[in-house]
Amino acid sequence: MGMTIVEKILAKASGKASVKPGDVLEPEVNVAMSHENAALVINQFNEVFQGTNIAPKVWDPERIAIIFDHRVPAESSKTATNQKKIRNFVKANGIKKFHDIRSDEGGICHQILAEYGYIRPGYVVVGTDSHTTTHGAFGAFSFGIGATEMASVWSLGTVLNVEVPETIKVIVNGKFKDNVYPKDLILYIIGKLTAQGANFKVIEFHGEAIRNMPMSGRLVLCNMSVEAGATSGVVPGDEETARYLKEAGVKDKIENVLPDADAKYCRIVEIDANELEPQIALPHTVDNVKPISKVDKVKIDQIVIGSCTNGRLDDLEIAASILKGKKVAEDTRMLIFPASWNIYKKALKQGLLEIFSDSGAIIMNPGCGCCLGVHQGALGDGETALSTTNRNFKGRMGNPKGDVYLCSPATAAASAVTGYITSPEKGVK
Amino acid sequence: MSKVIYIFGDDISTDAIYPGRYMATVLPTETPQFCFADYTELNKKLVAKEYPAGSVIIGGNNFGCGSSREQAASTILGHGLVVITKNYARIFLQNAINLGLNLITCPDIEAEPGDEIELKGDKVINKTKGKEFSTIPLPAARMAIVEAGGLIPYTRKKVVQKYS
Repeated sequence: MGMTIVEKILAKASGKASVKPGDVLEPEVNVAMSHENAALVINQFNEVFQGTNIAPKVWDPERIAIIFDHRVPAESSKTATNQKKIRNFVKANGIKKFHDIRSDEGGICHQILAEYGYIRPGYVVVGTDSHTTTHGAFGAFSFGIGATEMASVWSLGTVLNVEVPETIKVIVNGKFKDNVYPKDLILYIIGKLTAQGANFKVIEFHGEAIRNMPMSGRLVLCNMSVEAGATSGVVPGDEETARYLKEAGVKDKIENVLPDADAKYCRIVEIDANELEPQIALPHTVDNVKPISKVDKVKIDQIVIGSCTNGRLDDLEIAASILKGKKVAEDTRMLIFPASWNIYKKALKQGLLEIFSDSGAIIMNPGCGCCLGVHQGALGDGETALSTTNRNFKGRMGNPKGDVYLCSPATAAASAVTGYITSPEKGVK
Repeated sequence: MSKVIYIFGDDISTDAIYPGRYMATVLPTETPQFCFADYTELNKKLVAKEYPAGSVIIGGNNFGCGSSREQAASTILGHGLVVITKNYARIFLQNAINLGLNLITCPDIEAEPGDEIELKGDKVINKTKGKEFSTIPLPAARMAIVEAGGLIPYTRKKVVQKYS
């Protein structure tokens, strides 16, 4: 019987000729990523070895990545102490893929794994972050796990008791209207599937619109697949995957893992990209999605462009093209978080940061910023944010009495100018 | 016999269980203070230890969706709460199993705050309503971790094998 991409990856990583949904495997891990929550992983990792008379030892320091992004620079003494503990562990264990709070290596974990060429098609990637689904954009099986499970991976190099997930095939044909972006597509898909529609399943993306999409867009689709509950999103590798990895400095030959023609899918969803208009996720669930023409004129207090979803260079370029020569509306504030320092520096060179600062937007340091409500831009009681981030749960931006709407960078920039939710004009690209 | 202390709706995220602003606190011994922090009354009573261990919270569909933060499982575990919901999001379910938190999947559960609940074999009995509900057991692969007492002892055994 034919296999899907993830079935093929899992078969190979577990030394099996073939697998089917429901099989329980112990696949080998190629990349194991953590961020500040490595502090808890270290704690659990030491627990694993407790009472064994074996000195705690990571299985392979080359395959572990630790990237500081959730609270950079530290917002509290507690975080700073956790970061210090992690730095010491990194040194003691010789962990190579470590990215500290520095402008010559730092950024959001999911952007760093991508732009440093750490991921290859066919890899098994785990991360102590639910948006680890992002790396399926490279044709890898990439999924989020908890800290204790990561401690187990650090100890053994495998993920224990992985159940082979079923796969949903999403086929997107046609061409996007020129004010519609990958973010609008994934919001539409989440609205259609619902927040639990892909629970315990993989979403495999196919079709003309996906093949024509640059890696930056594929990363957006896979990043937010988890908002439909998916274990992972995955895009078949192609020339675009190879181009991106080559640009990221990868020299080894890229071997794509592609699905068999007779692979079995639990559901097939077809979408015509021509039909889509800009989409908005309304408070307080990501699947509460409406086309922008059906959304009321909502006044916005805080606009956010950034995150592991939409803080890439092309996102900043689109926003700058809309904001150029314009001002952020009075009574609205705008925060911009480039997803990495590499992106920050490119945006600086291209003059994008100047456009933003002339418009009145605040340029923040790369990192997760206010997305998860820890620091750098909390909402006041009764305030509303429009954000290119990935979650709008109650309390997400630091205040359960605030509302968060989600959109594309183009919609965010157009709305920054007017001060209320506004559709980007056609022809802004 | 245990009392239902709170009924949640669908799609309760890990941000609702353990808000992001407390994520610098990671140790399972320290996370219980922030359990359901934005449900101010519930949190106050939990922290004041007004609910005995074994008290029941009821959820709808997709309980624990969102972030992979393990604090969401350890904070509930710290209060000894029993969670009964229609179904769970994947990472939260796995985190709970890994830490040994008792999650019960009961698709047809009906209950109100104050109802007396008894767990009997694979049934949830609502004594107050005089009704019985079936539960869905964990798959065998996950049960193995529960039976080992959580993922740490489960992995410890494998580590000992690996280095011996």
